Amino acid sequence: MTLRLGILAGLLALVMASLSIGAASLWSGDFDAAWLIAVSRFPRTAAALLTGAGLALAGVIMQQSVQNRLVEPGLTGTPEAATLGLLAITLIAPGTAVIGKMSVAAASALAGTFGFLALSRFVPRQDPMLLPLVGIIYGGILGAVGLWFAWTTDLLQFVGIAMLGDFSGVMQGRYELLWIIAALSALLFLIADRITILGLGEDYARSLGLNYYQTQMLGLVIVAVTVAVVVVTVGAMPFVGLIVPNLISRWRGDNIRANLWIVALSGGALVLASDVVGRVVRYPYEIPAATIFAVFGAAVFLWLLYAPARRQHG
Amino acid sequence: MVKTRLIPLALLLAALCALFLLWNLRAPVSFILSLRFEKLAALLLVGAATGVATLLFQTVAQTRLLTPGIVGFDALFVFLQTTLVFTLGGIGYVTLPPFAAFLAEAAILIVAAVALFGIVLRKGASDLVRVVLTGVIFGILLRGLASFMQRILDPSEFAIVQQASFASFASVEADQLGVAALILGACVVLAMALASRLDVAALGRDTARSLGLHYDRFVLAVLALVAALVAVSTALVGPITFLGLLAASLAHALLPTHRHALLIPASGLIGAIILVAGQFIFERVLAMSSTLAVLIEFLGGLLFLMLILRRRTT
Repeated sequence: MTLRLGILAGLLALVMASLSIGAASLWSGDFDAAWLIAVSRFPRTAAALLTGAGLALAGVIMQQSVQNRLVEPGLTGTPEAATLGLLAITLIAPGTAVIGKMSVAAASALAGTFGFLALSRFVPRQDPMLLPLVGIIYGGILGAVGLWFAWTTDLLQFVGIAMLGDFSGVMQGRYELLWIIAALSALLFLIADRITILGLGEDYARSLGLNYYQTQMLGLVIVAVTVAVVVVTVGAMPFVGLIVPNLISRWRGDNIRANLWIVALSGGALVLASDVVGRVVRYPYEIPAATIFAVFGAAVFLWLLYAPARRQHG
Repeated sequence: MVKTRLIPLALLLAALCALFLLWNLRAPVSFILSLRFEKLAALLLVGAATGVATLLFQTVAQTRLLTPGIVGFDALFVFLQTTLVFTLGGIGYVTLPPFAAFLAEAAILIVAAVALFGIVLRKGASDLVRVVLTGVIFGILLRGLASFMQRILDPSEFAIVQQASFASFASVEADQLGVAALILGACVVLAMALASRLDVAALGRDTARSLGLHYDRFVLAVLALVAALVAVSTALVGPITFLGLLAASLAHALLPTHRHALLIPASGLIGAIILVAGQFIFERVLAMSSTLAVLIEFLGGLLFLMLILRRRTT
């Protein structure tokens, strides 16, 4: 109980901080404060929360689908694949509406994720650390292809923007796609139990009467669309989907239905926190949230690699 | 006879060098030659240093899968470079005498690398995948920290750092070439002197110790050599993760022997051949200058995945 209150209180404090920090002061009277919040501060805060929540939930699905705790969408080539799709559509039909670009990015992210799944079937299961390594290299290969295309077509900066999550450009009218994540999360709550069973492995899941491939498919579509939306609107944010579910699971065990909302809130809170830190460190200049989070996330990942596994409960 | 296979490699490299220097040579001959010679020297140095470094590293790490780049050596170098500019300031950094600065950087890298990877590798090959993953994540962490510091630097200082953190054969500092050649030469001589001990070390820790090799101390010494070589190539052109993997794998494939006296020169030659041939094809034939590094990453990444998937966990 105290934990939930703690998370909610922390979240509230972060939201207040995020709404009040910026180059323009809310109380100096130079601007209409309500207008400023509506156009810039609130969208930015909402974008960070939605991104964090969506990526953390996507991480849960991914880990259950391949039964490996050290895997997450940001380290399996999904953002790179989404970026490739975005590049392709920008080259072929530059005038496409954002929703069209996003659909292409999502389709491409899905293809990239399936590529990783296909690879994962060949990776020996005995060693849980092999799969994330394969995922990182696989993402690196896709990234190299994207870089090469960008290089030959002079879109290098474009790739740089897509591969580094940053909320500084978020304003009213430029982030609304992220609300799709909220809808996907609601859907995820409906199928939470199936996702739990998915994590038991194919044979168990089938014997319990679950349509294994259908569920896996649905879960991965949610992952791909989430990542694509995030890449298109703010850019890639690695590690969010990895460390949030792992930390929560160490805390509260593996009852996914009971944990989903805590995972979502913690993910949102952590991403918002890295955005706020990035805004404060070099005020009034900004450091991208992804940079802050990568440092924090990599440190936690190392700890997860070497920390003794906790007793399971819940 | 395995020994004779070094000769065609050397001849091939010589032919490639001649081609690189003399292809389409027009007036002003001496000026163009001097430019090309500088670039060729950089390619040779980086290729040879990377090839030798990877081969040595694979021997002491007891695996054909790893390269110093994969476990974060070059990220460490970029991080050190950034830290130096950060603490000394851009002006202070530029006014350092290049020779002394380069030596100091290499020395710091050697100490840091031995401290880091000495500890990680002590655990030995039993936990290889964890070692690799640790290195990869550590690399991400160091890059994150470096880019965090780069954000705080002002633009002119950032430009100084940027040279060190992107692989490019287009801009090589002429005054660094001499220093680099010196260090590389010394390292190769040392490595050749240690060749017979490397043969023993390749048999594994226990066997090597029973044969009278002071194994742990020896591994640290070899790691120091590797760090020096990586410092040379990273300082000249920036990080190239997979070049060494290609070179060392090809060396082992072409020379089915365990004698380091042959493997070391072979790996160095092949590294140089890949770079000179690749740069020649890209720059002269396809007229694209800066994408060679990307292509090497792509091919090397594919090779790495193949090696991992082929390796049956015992």
